Amino acid sequence: MNSAILLVILSVYLAFLFYIAHWAEKKENSRWANNPYVYSLSLAVYCSAWTYYGSIGVAANSGLSYLPIYIGPVIIIPAWIVILRKIIRISKVNKISSIADFISLRYGNSRFLGALVTLICIFGILPYIALQLKAIAETFHVVAKTAADSNVFSDTTTYVAIALALFASYYGTRYVDASEKRKGIVTAVALESILKLFFFLLLGIYVTFFVFNGFDDIYAQASKLEYFTKRNTIGGIPQAINWFFLCILSLFAIFLLPRQFQMAVIENNRERHVKTAVWLFPLYLLLFNIFVYPVAWSGNILFKGQFVNPDTYSLLIPQLFNNQWMTVLVFLGGFSAAISMIVVSSIGLSTMLSNNLLIPYGFLGKLQSEVQEKNNRRIVTIRKVGIFSLIILSYMIYRVFVLDYNLFSIGMVSFVIIAQLAPAFFGAILWRRGSRNGAVAGMIIGFLICSYTLLIPYALGLTDFDSNFIANGPFGIALLKPFQLFGIDYLDPVPQALFWSILFNVMAYLAVSVSFKGNYRERNYAEMFVDIDRYITRHENAFVWKGTAYTSDIEKVLKRFLGEQRTNRAMNIFRRKYNVDKNEELADARMIKFSENLLTGHIGTASAKILIASVVKEEKITLPEVLRILEESQENITTNKKLTETSNELKEISSQLKNANAALVKKDLQKDEFLGTVTHELRTPITAIRAASEILHDDDEIPEELRKQFLQNIISESDRLNRLIDKILDLERFESGQQQLFIEKGNINSVIKKAISPLKQLMSNKNIKFEFYESEIENWTAFDTERIIQVVTNLLSNAIKFADENHGIITVSVEKNHSETRVKIYNNGKNINPDDADAIFDKFYQSNNQNIKKPIGSGLGLAISKQVIEMHKGKIWMSNHEPEGVTFIFTIPNQNTIL
Amino acid sequence: MNKILIVDDEPNIIMSLEYTFKKNNFQVFIARDGQEALDILQTEIPNIIILDIMMPNVDGYATIEFIKKDQRLTNCKVLFLSAKNKESDIEKGMSLGADAYMTKPFSIKKLVEQVNDLLQQKSKSE
Repeated sequence: MNSAILLVILSVYLAFLFYIAHWAEKKENSRWANNPYVYSLSLAVYCSAWTYYGSIGVAANSGLSYLPIYIGPVIIIPAWIVILRKIIRISKVNKISSIADFISLRYGNSRFLGALVTLICIFGILPYIALQLKAIAETFHVVAKTAADSNVFSDTTTYVAIALALFASYYGTRYVDASEKRKGIVTAVALESILKLFFFLLLGIYVTFFVFNGFDDIYAQASKLEYFTKRNTIGGIPQAINWFFLCILSLFAIFLLPRQFQMAVIENNRERHVKTAVWLFPLYLLLFNIFVYPVAWSGNILFKGQFVNPDTYSLLIPQLFNNQWMTVLVFLGGFSAAISMIVVSSIGLSTMLSNNLLIPYGFLGKLQSEVQEKNNRRIVTIRKVGIFSLIILSYMIYRVFVLDYNLFSIGMVSFVIIAQLAPAFFGAILWRRGSRNGAVAGMIIGFLICSYTLLIPYALGLTDFDSNFIANGPFGIALLKPFQLFGIDYLDPVPQALFWSILFNVMAYLAVSVSFKGNYRERNYAEMFVDIDRYITRHENAFVWKGTAYTSDIEKVLKRFLGEQRTNRAMNIFRRKYNVDKNEELADARMIKFSENLLTGHIGTASAKILIASVVKEEKITLPEVLRILEESQENITTNKKLTETSNELKEISSQLKNANAALVKKDLQKDEFLGTVTHELRTPITAIRAASEILHDDDEIPEELRKQFLQNIISESDRLNRLIDKILDLERFESGQQQLFIEKGNINSVIKKAISPLKQLMSNKNIKFEFYESEIENWTAFDTERIIQVVTNLLSNAIKFADENHGIITVSVEKNHSETRVKIYNNGKNINPDDADAIFDKFYQSNNQNIKKPIGSGLGLAISKQVIEMHKGKIWMSNHEPEGVTFIFTIPNQNTIL
Repeated sequence: MNKILIVDDEPNIIMSLEYTFKKNNFQVFIARDGQEALDILQTEIPNIIILDIMMPNVDGYATIEFIKKDQRLTNCKVLFLSAKNKESDIEKGMSLGADAYMTKPFSIKKLVEQVNDLLQQKSKSE
């Protein structure tokens, strides 16, 4: 086919892809651009030109060896549900834009590590892109039936590469925020995935059923080829080990290839899309591989004895049968596979290049412009130039280094280099102890070893055992033979490079991580990465940070990259989310983290950290401090709880205090009343004494009889005064609990008799009829004899006072039942107002009932009696009789005998 | 001869007062509480009443209110003689219309002087 026509077809095809991408971009919210199938198909960017052409080449040359590249992913894909989701979650939360971001953030936002990962990716991916360009160029020449021109500028494929570079650099940099979704690209890639599969299947069906008569026919003819059997066996234990390592290699690749990370993590819209990918992607791989073997062996049959490149069998076969359309379609499929890979890889690489290498290492200074537009344009320009130069660089690598290698071996070298990220990457999400230094050490050692065992020999074109370097080792040291390092001679170059590099990588990573503690930032992120689910909701809170920063400074930085409007919006969201006051001048840890996240999407984690750090005075936090901060927050929670409890307790106490206070006020009033009464009661005898004394003193003419009477008054009033004082002291002792009882067993009958006898004379003087009824049984009870006599005397005195003046009757009776001894003292005087039944036992009680005379005496008798009886654990009360008469009753419990 | 009514519930105090005022040529009436005093006042109109406050049944405050309401007793002087010696007690007693307030324990000599002063005031006003 004429190369001009082919170019036109290519241009139309590219324009079509352009349109699709453009359309999807516009309809970014439509179902077509946002479904799990688009996501799953976009992952098929894994199947590049290597798969499309290279698999056939490998199958034709060495049989089944092409399979491990697909078996590895299929083995690990079920685990995506856990691992990939975790990675997606971490990346979304932290606005991660590339695998370099991901790894460097985990290890304490390390600028150096980010740059290292970027470099490894560039070393790994540039040959890979070169591989695609090689595929496009070679197939172009096959289809156009032209020969590759040794002059770069007269080779048509050079211009194809430039066009591709322009396309990729335009579409890859639509957004400044690299963590934003590129719906257009994703949709275009998904479409290309469908097309490449479709064209490949079409070819397979054409070859199998139209060129040959089905699988059986191909098998029958192929089995006659002399090398058929040899190429259809695995090849014993050494080959099995090779297979094993190749599976591991591709298993790593599906996670670590920048384009896979880009599609699976960065461009992921919804976590649940992973569920679909888990079955759809392996199915896709299976469909892709169905016809690899038949086509490869068809080629072997058809081109037996000819020196053609088996990589291009898929084009040569239809061409052989002059099927031009089939040839072009297959070419377009391969072209699709290649440009998907190129575009996506270069986007990933350029993001890393700008965010993890160029900006943090130098260009950052130039980004201090106050104008957001300028900064953004600069970032975009960096990326555009990055993408463009990466592709052009790859093309040069293709022209200079890889013209002679087959697609498969170049891809393998890429895989092994990329695999050096594996220990740090998987350690990031699974192992808290993994440290930055460990990751750096592992990666550098791993990269050096695979450079020695793979990259250098390939780059220098020394892959043959004819070469002295390969055959005998450097300086003739056999142990250092690049392909048989340390004497392992049964592995192929690629598996053995993988084995040694990963072995040393892992050992270095583990050893260094275990031996040296990482800084607090690393440990902080380690916690977050390993336990992302715990931090997902409030991850800014999980960030331990100490230092001082002003919100206004941080806002200024944000405005440079986000613009006024977006910054304000973001700050509003932040304030609302954490309920932070707008006028808060100082930024806290959450604010720092939040701002870093905002910037991360634009310029990468490392640069974001550096930018924010430029306006922040951060203090180093040591491990003990981190622990203390964590403990403090724990303590705060506990303290809060305690405070709430205490506050409740205080409330209760305060209400108790209120009650107590009210009681005290009441008591105080009672005390005032008591004092008032006491002083009155004390003054009364003193008044009488004073008056009588004054008369006796001043009046000499006083008759003898009156003089004696006055003197008698003085004596009795003095006695009264003394008794009063005794009683007040008694009461005081009882009330303060100082009074003690001297309890002993005694016969209460005889004690009551003792109390009665001094009053008998008084009663008979007043013509009171008195009767005493003893208890029938001998009554031995335990009590304080003196005090009980006091009580009986008091009650009896009151009875004498209140008994009917002319026909007084008083009765005292003692009863004993099973629980207590009961003493009743009755008089036939007037009733006591029932309202006062309790109050009469208060000290200095004065009855409201003005009908009874004021008791003659201290007014303390009943109060003291009550105290005495209560100290005996008994009771005292009164009851009225109809129509007249009052009984005072007190009890002494029998249990007092135990005392 | 001036008439004096002594109202108190303490017999020994009454005895001293009775002796003193009889000796000073008063016609002395004795009441053991407010009720008895009011009974006596139904028939007698003394020139002066010596009134205790803390008494059973009808106390001094209630008694003076009755006295002040009684038109016949307008010229009758009232002297409180009480153990209640707080400022507020004295103010209360005076505000109820008493002519003098003396606290217990008291000096017989001063009481007599006070009584005579009150009676002279009366004669002046006449």
